[in-house]
Amino acid sequence: MTVGTKSAQDVNSLVQEVVGRHGATAEALVPILSDINQEFGYLPSETMAALSQTLRVPKSQLFSVASFYEMLSTKPRGRHVIQFCESAPCHVVGGRQVWQTLQDELGLETGETSEDGKWTLLTSSCLGICGVGPVIIVDDDIYGNVAPDGVPEILARYA
Amino acid sequence: MKPIRSLVLVSSDPESIGRGAQEVHRRLQRAIEAADLENEVVVSMVGDVGRHDALPMVIIYPEATIYGPVTPENVPFLVEEHLVERRIAAGLEASTRELSGRIAWLSARRGTLPAEQRIVLARAGLIDPENVEDYIVHDGYEALAKALTEMTPAEVINEIGKSGLKGRGGAGFPTGMKWRFVSQTDDYPKYIICNADESEPGTFKDRLILEGDPHSVIEAMAIAGYAVGANEGYIYIRGEYVLAQERLATAISQARQMGFLGETIFGSDFSFDIHIHAGAGAYICGEETALIESIEGKRGEPRSRPPYPTTHGLWGKPSVVNNVETIVNVPPIIQHGAAWYRRFGTSNSPGTKVYTILGNVNVTGLIEVPMGITLREVIAIYGKGMQDGASLKLAQTGGSSGSIVPASLQDTPLDFDSYARAGVSLGSGALLICNEDTCVVDLAKVSLNFFKRESCGKCTPCRVGTQRAYQILTAISEGVGTQQDLDDLQMLSENLTEFSHCGLGQTASVPIRDVFRHFRAEVDAHVQLKVCPAGACPMSGQLAKAA
Repeated sequence: MTVGTKSAQDVNSLVQEVVGRHGATAEALVPILSDINQEFGYLPSETMAALSQTLRVPKSQLFSVASFYEMLSTKPRGRHVIQFCESAPCHVVGGRQVWQTLQDELGLETGETSEDGKWTLLTSSCLGICGVGPVIIVDDDIYGNVAPDGVPEILARYA
Repeated sequence: MKPIRSLVLVSSDPESIGRGAQEVHRRLQRAIEAADLENEVVVSMVGDVGRHDALPMVIIYPEATIYGPVTPENVPFLVEEHLVERRIAAGLEASTRELSGRIAWLSARRGTLPAEQRIVLARAGLIDPENVEDYIVHDGYEALAKALTEMTPAEVINEIGKSGLKGRGGAGFPTGMKWRFVSQTDDYPKYIICNADESEPGTFKDRLILEGDPHSVIEAMAIAGYAVGANEGYIYIRGEYVLAQERLATAISQARQMGFLGETIFGSDFSFDIHIHAGAGAYICGEETALIESIEGKRGEPRSRPPYPTTHGLWGKPSVVNNVETIVNVPPIIQHGAAWYRRFGTSNSPGTKVYTILGNVNVTGLIEVPMGITLREVIAIYGKGMQDGASLKLAQTGGSSGSIVPASLQDTPLDFDSYARAGVSLGSGALLICNEDTCVVDLAKVSLNFFKRESCGKCTPCRVGTQRAYQILTAISEGVGTQQDLDDLQMLSENLTEFSHCGLGQTASVPIRDVFRHFRAEVDAHVQLKVCPAGACPMSGQLAKAA
């Protein structure tokens, strides 16, 4: 879902709903941002403005928190987000070749989104599934023991 | 309980679920009902079984037959052959050659293989994590009952102190002492925080505990709360661990219903409740004060210590912060006593340690063994040897912030003291086993890349130091490193250790320090001869685009 398809009123009521779920307390801030991020794939500035008014917290402070955490994005992302683990456990069992293949197949570098808005390619510090490295996660789907020649087949599963 | 003939377990770690474990589970239930066996056979999803080569895996007791990988289409045949005809379903068995970890332990119950010692993972992979009754049948909440009805808070702390339990998150601080500090303050409310922000590369032990035995964390936190006088607990869990979050939420609501959480637990005047707080992706939030900042809705930047969280923690109040693996040692210690616990491990590092075995070995996975086992034993027994018969070059212990341990130290016992004497650190228990194809410059570069992206940016030595060290290592790996670069790297490494605000920056220097100490000749070859002896570095003579 993009923010463009929602009216200002809808954005506002969504923010209210999320805040209602977690409560308007300081400790709820990161969970609130996570839920909004989940809804839109990122944190549209309209939602940040609405949240700022609801919580009575300056937008600068919201942005400061939002920009700190890896799983929160202040920029729009593609329809499918690919996370590739670039840490040592995946690296020493062939991760480097998988990464090269991913970049070549998509024509993207880390952090980039394809022009058609289909893919966003991200690297991750560790996805916590190190027993089956190299690991990539596409949206919520986990792929372990990935070999370079298996990459095109994985990508082909997504429309 | 009804008598059952067979117990069927389906692995349900994220990898298994991604490969259709839930569908396998559903079809097993249907096939068993169709065969009219539902009164004799119990099917259960279990957490990660500690073996990752044939997922999803189905284990059937009492024969302890291991099938894997099992697809939904295999299920009718499997049920017909094993449960109806009572013979092995030919062709579906997981290869026994790679018997390891959890499975080895399970098989050991049949008296066939040397056993691991499981304390914290005793139930993970054996019980249904979404069924509180299953936990109770396996001695669950007995330790909490004992603590609340038979022991004073001071006695609980004493027992934990006597057990010699040390923090398993990496630092090895005595747990009993931490609890005593918090119990001694008169400032209320106090908090119990379970650090489940496991983000160290190569470490996924806490995930297995959370996914496989979530009630053990709840029970342990309630005991800690009783001991120090806290009525509220937080589990700060990695945002990426979605399945673990769901299992914990289920477990907490079950515990509330059964009265293990809430008011007047076990008829005592002790009340306790737990909140789950999911992180949003930041390695630094594993540092206890950064974690607390994050719960408070701020950027996860570490605070200055002292004051420590034991007096000024969450909302400025006294807080116990314990790692998952540490705290789940508590119920068995309370239940069986400190003397029992000290039978395992070494005298200075009692108990067991969970290790993840990764890298160039035949079998990767997870084991829980007494403290003091050696790297050589881990590789030979549990890793089933090096892949392709290669030789060990080094092991990175404890993820990026652990040490790079050369093969010459593979007979050093893996416990806190022996490792400290050898000048290396045990860290969080990830054992990344590397063969001769691994280049130390490349490994250091990957590690520094990790620190540079995970540095929170609060202090300059770390923010700039990790960035600069990564640039230099990149130059060396491209064959354009100079002698001056080596001197700079040495200095940066010392500055990181000396001047960084928190553990992240301080340990960022470890890969550099260890590589210089143990593999200096190989680094020099890159600089002076422009050769990468392992053949891993590009050595293209030009710097790659700055990251």
